[in-house]
Amino acid sequence: MINQTATSIASTASADAHTPLTPDQLHQILHTMYRIRAFEEMVDQLFMRGLVHGTTHLSIGQEAVPAGAIAALRPDDYITSTHRGHGHCIAKGADLNLMTAELLGRETGYCRGRGGSMHIADVESGNLGANGIVGGGIPIATGVGLSIHMCGTDQVCLCFFGDGAANEGTFHESINLAAIWDLPVIYLCENNQYGMSMSVKRSMRVASVADRAAAYGIPGRSVDGNDVFAVYAAVAEAVARARRGAGPSLIEARTYRYKGHSKSDQNRYRTREEIAEWKRRDPIDRLARWLQEHQLATAEEIHQMEAAARQAIADAYAFAEASPQPDPAALLEGVYAQ
Amino acid sequence: MSIANATPQDTITASTPATVEMTYAEAVRETLRAEMRRDPRVFLMGEDIGIYGGAFGVTRGLIEEFGEERVRDTPISEAAIAGCAIGAALTGMRPVAEFQFSDFMAIAMDQIVNQGAKIRFMFGGKAKVPAVLRAPLGSGTGAAAQHSQSLEAWFAHVPGLKVVLPSTPADVKGLLTAAIRDDNLVIFLEHKLLYNTSGPVPTGDYIIPLGQSEVKRPGRDLTIVALSIMVPRALAAAKRLAAEGIEAEVVDPRTLRPLDAEPIIASVRKTGRVLIVHEAVETGGFGGEIAARIAASDAFYYLDAPIRRLAGAEVPIPYNPILERAAVPQEDDIVAAARALVRSTNWSGA
Repeated sequence: MINQTATSIASTASADAHTPLTPDQLHQILHTMYRIRAFEEMVDQLFMRGLVHGTTHLSIGQEAVPAGAIAALRPDDYITSTHRGHGHCIAKGADLNLMTAELLGRETGYCRGRGGSMHIADVESGNLGANGIVGGGIPIATGVGLSIHMCGTDQVCLCFFGDGAANEGTFHESINLAAIWDLPVIYLCENNQYGMSMSVKRSMRVASVADRAAAYGIPGRSVDGNDVFAVYAAVAEAVARARRGAGPSLIEARTYRYKGHSKSDQNRYRTREEIAEWKRRDPIDRLARWLQEHQLATAEEIHQMEAAARQAIADAYAFAEASPQPDPAALLEGVYAQ
Repeated sequence: MSIANATPQDTITASTPATVEMTYAEAVRETLRAEMRRDPRVFLMGEDIGIYGGAFGVTRGLIEEFGEERVRDTPISEAAIAGCAIGAALTGMRPVAEFQFSDFMAIAMDQIVNQGAKIRFMFGGKAKVPAVLRAPLGSGTGAAAQHSQSLEAWFAHVPGLKVVLPSTPADVKGLLTAAIRDDNLVIFLEHKLLYNTSGPVPTGDYIIPLGQSEVKRPGRDLTIVALSIMVPRALAAAKRLAAEGIEAEVVDPRTLRPLDAEPIIASVRKTGRVLIVHEAVETGGFGGEIAARIAASDAFYYLDAPIRRLAGAEVPIPYNPILERAAVPQEDDIVAAARALVRSTNWSGA
């Protein structure tokens, strides 16, 4: 078991220094963020028009977190996601057709229409699923880390969860367990300032979820979650640490969701001014502007990227709409493995 | 995967006996040992299962053979224990996690019921959770209300779980082997008072398929369906009843989910009278499910008396030993109930 002092954290941090993002990677990240934004806006429209069953939890405004974080992963790494997981899913390389079909409950969806928005998964590609229980994925991510450790590979598991989940008992149990066993898990908190309606100022005494890392003897960092560079840097460092067997890390990415918790949310708990203030720090605008300022993309290229994302989403919707509904005769399939 | 290759199974020769006498606890241990030798993906985790050997001594000696990578002591973190087992199973391992008392599984219910049981289905059948969660259940040790429950009905209610209650050392080996090799999340509940009971256990590779009931004792006068500790009590009662000329057929479902109801129904067709016995509290207990299956089958037309249940009283398990015994069916209670059932006349009389 490694007991990290402040100096030892600093010295190993330099050992985990990452290579900076290349222009290609930055284009890919912006492309991912446009796809997430376009997808979420489509889903928002579908719900407003009453075309989708159930509810959904949109991540508009939070795109830099999954895009920046997953840029630091390899394809053979795992993620566990949350109820607000469309962005994680897209950043992990999901097929938009299969995602959209799942939201429309079709047989061609990732989960054959059985899961819906909160349970989209693609286990084969390492996406171990969205989760309808706040904090529900955190112990599972710990188990994935254990699996990796026992198999002796240098894969990692990136565990997404929110500020609300940081107050669930599973957060405490799971991170402690990963810490004592030095498991290769990166616990990434998307702190969007609110659980459902409860502000983080009211739901915890510490200023940052990352402050809790000290309780488990692991490194903790808080970053601007709307800055892809900051997110990438923190996650890449944690990934390097995990790959060399030094154990888990806790990262808080401070961000904000423009839309309500779910489709029923009337936003009574926050002000228009607050939402407007955060929109001024929009992660997509920031990266688009940065690329242009550094001559790594033209306004036209960026415009095309956004248009391409919208087209991909439109195509995905057409695919989903044309897909068959599941057959009720197959109701009992998939409960048990033979 | 770079896990060391499993050592080969015990060699069976002509001089290997067909069965070996061992305790129920030893049967658990030897099955865990055999499966860990056979498959490097099988590992154990739980509280105090390492050097301590487990609260009931079940895992004693295993850490010495397999080391602390494969016999993992955990902190007291039931939700993480369950979730960690589920996450490991989801990504290629085959964990067997121990809960020190089955009552503590209540702490892990989200991971068991909302996660592990449902992952395969929610993911469109494209994932599997091959894990076993095993725990001691039941009363009689003076551990009182929070350490003595029989909550198998909770788990039997959840699609996606399999639920097993072995009653003999041989059944332990056969069913635990099957459970570990099953690609689903299996809840394996061992009665505390059975740990020190002995019986013959087949040597070699021995599997009892999950979802297979067994007639433990044939008879023609009444059917006694018994779970877990009630199986030996029912068998002892059957011996006494035989002296009175009452031949009881004792059926042990062994697996509650999936339930193999046909042998139970066939037995009731034959005897016309059925007594269902379990330690779990009567209301909402699994006996109600068995009763409903019987009543809904053609065995209904063969019933000579209403279906009778003998089960735990509607009370948490008390500390006082007299009260503790009174709270659950004992052998005397089974004898009395069976006698009354056999002597009751059709419809009109008591």
